[in-house]
Amino acid sequence: MAGGPATDSDLTRLSAAELAAAIAAGEVSAVEVTQAHLRRIEQVDPQVHAFLHVDGDGAVRAARAVDERRAAGEPLSALAGVPLALKDVFTTVDMPTTCGSRILEHWRPPYDATITRRLREAGVVIIGKANMDEFAMGSSTENSAFGPSRNPWDLGRVPGGSSGGSAAAVTAYEAPLGIGTDTGGSIRQPAAVCGIVGTKPTYGGSSRYGLVAFASSLDTPGPLARTVLDAALLHEVMSGHDPMDSTSLNAPVPPVVAAARQADVAGLRVGVVAELGGEGYQPGVMARFADAVGLLESLGAKVTEVSCPHFRYALPAYYLIAPSECSSNLARFDGMRYGLRAGDDDAASAEEVMSLTRAAGFGAEVKRRIMLGTFALSSGYYDAYYGKAQQVRTLIIRDFNAAFEQADVLVSPSTPTTAFPIGERVDDPMAMYLADLCTIPSDLAGNSAISVPCGLADEDGLPVGLQVMAPVLADDRLYRVAGAVEAALQQRWGHPLLAQARGLTERIPAGGGPGDD
Amino acid sequence: MSISRTEVAHLARLSRMALSEAELDHFAGQLDQILTAVARVQEVAAEGIEPTTHAAGLSNVFREDRLSGCLGQLAALDQAPAAQDGRFRVPRILAED
Repeated sequence: MAGGPATDSDLTRLSAAELAAAIAAGEVSAVEVTQAHLRRIEQVDPQVHAFLHVDGDGAVRAARAVDERRAAGEPLSALAGVPLALKDVFTTVDMPTTCGSRILEHWRPPYDATITRRLREAGVVIIGKANMDEFAMGSSTENSAFGPSRNPWDLGRVPGGSSGGSAAAVTAYEAPLGIGTDTGGSIRQPAAVCGIVGTKPTYGGSSRYGLVAFASSLDTPGPLARTVLDAALLHEVMSGHDPMDSTSLNAPVPPVVAAARQADVAGLRVGVVAELGGEGYQPGVMARFADAVGLLESLGAKVTEVSCPHFRYALPAYYLIAPSECSSNLARFDGMRYGLRAGDDDAASAEEVMSLTRAAGFGAEVKRRIMLGTFALSSGYYDAYYGKAQQVRTLIIRDFNAAFEQADVLVSPSTPTTAFPIGERVDDPMAMYLADLCTIPSDLAGNSAISVPCGLADEDGLPVGLQVMAPVLADDRLYRVAGAVEAALQQRWGHPLLAQARGLTERIPAGGGPGDD
Repeated sequence: MSISRTEVAHLARLSRMALSEAELDHFAGQLDQILTAVARVQEVAAEGIEPTTHAAGLSNVFREDRLSGCLGQLAALDQAPAAQDGRFRVPRILAED
C-alpha cells in the first residue's frame, strides 16, 4: 500500500475487490492478507464466535500458492488470495463439516463440494468453517449445537441465521467474503440484520453437490460480502452449471459483475409488494424501507405498487414443504456409516441404536421439523398439508409472474424487524419463523433476491435491509438496483453503513486482545 | 387441527428418535401450535391447481456416463463409528428368536 507497510487494520477493512487488485499488483502478498485476517479472527472471534473451525495452516498454504502463481506470471482470478468464511454445511476434505450438529461433530468428508472446489480453483482462501443453525434450520444461529454467533453491531443480539456465522465473520472484518445457503431466507436475513450484502441466486444457478441437504427443492448457495461489487464477484466465481447436481441449470451465469458496476436504475420499473409490510413490521424498518423506495424514485426508477395476494400463505406453505423434505433428507443420519453412534452396547438392536443416536445427535429445532415433516407426509394428511402447500407454491409463482409483468424488480424490507436479543425467540418456534416472512416467497418460487443495507432503525440503531427480487436468471437486475442504492446512500452518509457498527470497537480497544470483555 | 401427545410420540417413533418424556411434553404443545399455523394453507382455493414440486422445473436430466474415481474401502470406512475386518460394524439387525 502506498506510504508504507500495510497494517492489519488496513488490510482487513479493504473490500475483496481491493484486496485482489493489491495482491495482483504485488502491493501486498496473499500470505500477508491471510495472516492479517487470521490475527483479526484471533482478536475478535472469542466474542463473535463466527467460526466453528479455523484452518490457519491450510489458509496460509492456499495463499502461498496464489503468491507463487503470481510470481510465475500465471493469470489470477478476480478473487485470488481473498479470504472467505465457508458455511459449515459445504463438504471440505481438509476441514471438519459439522452442519452445527452433534451428529456430525468431527466428521471429515471424503470429498469437496463443487462450491468448495470452485473456490479453491479460483484461489479464494477458505480461512475456516462458519457457524450456522443446525442443518441450516433457524434464523439466529442459536440452534447451533456449538453455541450461537453474535451480532458485531451488538454482541447481545443474534446475527440472524441460518448463515449467521458467515454474516458475522464478514461484518466483524474476519473475512471480506462469506458463503451461505438460503432455503427460506438464510442468506438475506442475516445479511440484513448485520448490515451487509447477501444474495440468494436463482435456484439451480449455484451447485448443491456436496452441500449437506436440508430441503433439496429450496437450498441455494450464495454470497455474503460488505459491498455489492464483492457479492457480485463471488456470485460469478461460485456459480454455473454442475453436471454433478441434476437440478443445476445449464445456462450462462447472469452478468452480475457488469450490473454491479453499472449500478443504474434510470427507467427501471420497481414494484413495491403491498403484502410485505405494515402491521407486525417494526416502525424503524418501515421508515428505512420507505426512504429507500423514495431514493430509487429520485434515481429515476418508476415505482408502482403490486399485489401478491398469496404471499400471506408463503410462510405456512414453507413450514410444510421444508420440514417434509428435511424429514426425508435427514433420514440418512442413522449412526451406521459416519457420524455419531449412541447406545451401541452389543445388546441394543440397530433400530434402537439408530433411535438413540438421532435423539442424542439432533437438537430441538431439527427434531421438531423432522416430526412435522413426518406428519405432513403421512397418509391421510398428505393431501391436506404437503399437497396443499405444493399448490400454494404454484400460486405464489403465478403471483410473481403477474407482478413481473408490471415491474422489472420487486422490493420489500428484507426482514420484519432488526436483530433481536439472543434468547428472545429460542424456544418460541413461531416467533422465530416470522424472521423469514419476507424472504420465503422467492425461495418457494426459485427466483433471485438480494438484501442490501438501507440504513439504521431509529428506535434501536440497528441495520435494516432492502430486499430486491428479480425473475429466474435475471440475477443481474438485483446488482443494478443494489449497486445504485449502495452508491447513493454512501454518498449521502459519507461512509459505508458498517463504519457505524460499535459492537466490537467499543468492547475491543485498539491493541486489545481476546481477554477483553 | 390439534395434535395429541400420543400422536407426537408416534411421530417420534416413526422418525426413529428415542425422545424423553420431558421432550414429548415440550414438543407436543409446540407442534400443535405450529400445525395450527401451517394449516392456513387449507384456506386457499386451489381446486385444479397443479402442485409445484421443484423450483427449477427440470426433468429427465442426463449427463455423460463416464468412468471416474470412486471412494475406496479405506476412505469409506475412515469415518465409520465402528469397523471390523474392513467392513462397517453394525448392531444386530435380527432378534435371537
